[in-house]
Amino acid sequence: MNLNEEAKRIMAISISKLYSSRTQRGGLRLHRSLLLSLVMRSARDIYHSVQVLNETAEQQHTVPCEPQETVIEEPMDTSTDQTVPDVSIESTETDPTTDEEADIKPPKAEDGEWDKENRDWAQCDRHSRKRRGKAAAEPEFLPSKKARMDTEDDRRVGVLRSSNGNCCRSVEILTQISVPSAIEAF
Amino acid sequence: MAGAGGGGNDVQWCFSQVKGAIDDDVAEADIISTVEFNHSGELLATGDKGGRVVIFQQDIEKSQPQCRSEYNVYSTFQSHEPEFDYLKSLEIEEKINKIRWLPQKNAAQFLLSTNDKTIKLWKISERDKRPEGYNLKEEDGRYRDNSTITTLRVPVFRPMDLMVEASPRRIFANAHTYHINSISVNSDNETYLSADDLRINLWHLEITDRSFNVVDIKPANMEELTEVITAAEFHPHQCNTFVYSSSKGTIRLCDMRASALCDKHSKLFEEPEDPSNRSFFSEIISSISDVKFSHSGRYMMTRDYLSVKIWDLNMENRPVETYQVHEYLRSKLCSLYENDCIFDKFECCWNGNDSVVMTGSYNNFFRMLERTQRHDVTLEASRECSKPRQVLKPRRVCAGGKRKKDEISVDSLDFNKKILHTAWHPQENVIAVATTNNLYIFQEKVN
Repeated sequence: MNLNEEAKRIMAISISKLYSSRTQRGGLRLHRSLLLSLVMRSARDIYHSVQVLNETAEQQHTVPCEPQETVIEEPMDTSTDQTVPDVSIESTETDPTTDEEADIKPPKAEDGEWDKENRDWAQCDRHSRKRRGKAAAEPEFLPSKKARMDTEDDRRVGVLRSSNGNCCRSVEILTQISVPSAIEAF
Repeated sequence: MAGAGGGGNDVQWCFSQVKGAIDDDVAEADIISTVEFNHSGELLATGDKGGRVVIFQQDIEKSQPQCRSEYNVYSTFQSHEPEFDYLKSLEIEEKINKIRWLPQKNAAQFLLSTNDKTIKLWKISERDKRPEGYNLKEEDGRYRDNSTITTLRVPVFRPMDLMVEASPRRIFANAHTYHINSISVNSDNETYLSADDLRINLWHLEITDRSFNVVDIKPANMEELTEVITAAEFHPHQCNTFVYSSSKGTIRLCDMRASALCDKHSKLFEEPEDPSNRSFFSEIISSISDVKFSHSGRYMMTRDYLSVKIWDLNMENRPVETYQVHEYLRSKLCSLYENDCIFDKFECCWNGNDSVVMTGSYNNFFRMLERTQRHDVTLEASRECSKPRQVLKPRRVCAGGKRKKDEISVDSLDFNKKILHTAWHPQENVIAVATTNNLYIFQEKVN
């Protein structure tokens, strides 16, 4: 989607400008940093709203199937196609994170897709929360100026970025860090 | 004719002089960062990125009908040096952000110059006599041997070649955490204000060790910051009134009689945003880069990225006049964001009788906007149009479609050649236009 691509591009440009302004002579310019963060915020908002629209459109596309099924079956039973992947993912992810999984499990079972995505997000969030500092310090699209200290971290960061479902999440992590910290630097 | 006159379509501008290096390789230190005429127009000061101030003086004796004013170098001095803030591990640039002249009170001239952190009061004085005939010293300064002194004489002043001396009389430091963007001398000739991104301080010209904070918009939590101060100026006649502009496109007028702290404004000037123009960059282009009162004090002018607006101080909800400077750039905002040009801070200025305003643009173009008949013209400061008394031809930019002859297309504009700083002589139709590292002086064509 054009707007989506545009928003992502503007976010990337804004982040790189924020980073390069840290090395500018005379120090960070508050006015410039504020404007950059405002642009990044609106680009991020547009990007997320487009994502939400996409997700809603996908759900709306699949939902018409359900009433046909639920007429025959009980409301809680969604189609078998949807439940099976849910179960399989749950089984792999419950082991390391049992308590938190239960906490974030959404109440509605028929929002299978949403549930799966949410769990993935929480999982990645947990990983990324540990590594957040690194992710913010070394975004991939900028040339690395120093040797990478921890190759294990990089692989994990790489995993975050390469998988489709998490691609937007990593950008979101970056924007969540960069926007306030640009101002907090003062 | 004397008098500021109209600069409208009846005024033709011609080239007078250009100052600065000719070669295209521009040294960063030579980039002009501010231009200001003094109150009589006899002196023209420029500041550059290297922290130097160069003052030109109008040579009135040599003036002839064809060439009314010629400005020659009067004084050059290093105003600010690069400094280092050890606490924050930051370098403080020596670039001169603003110069403001004080009204002349005696033979000497005074100006305020500021970089990001420190304001200095400079005294520029002339010396055209020197004492001769000392008893204890030779003419070259060496002390005479006491045994050779047999008589006493009274030293006398003898004429010498004119020497212009600049000496720092006051240094106003350590009052700004953020970067100073404006200074403005009050009409009371005793105080002045300095503004940074979040605060405005009031100083007395004689007192350097303290200043009074009159505006503070710093939020308790910096994450909640939504706007910064971009420019501030005292009213030309009312010593209690000043205005400051913000990055959100608003202007606040403050009255120092209302309270000691002017966080609460007396008037708020704001025009509602046109929703059809909303884009990713709406906030950036609405940020005001300059605010200037008219000489009369009735109006003020603001410059944002694409337009110039003139406000009547009695009407807060919208400007009385809006002029588009380079509307053809509206569709190019994304590219201008990428190449950083969208952050350029253009200044603007009034002519002597407030009938015309001027501001800069790209490709070394500058715009003259005549208010009474709403005429506007685009002119260019370039070496190609720099023959003595050559009349400047109006330039036109082709926004789209078929390009006419003599028009330049938007994509051909050179965005590295920008005119950010311009100044208008307070009484005559003489203008100073700063390109990157050259200062062009144009004057009204005299028949």
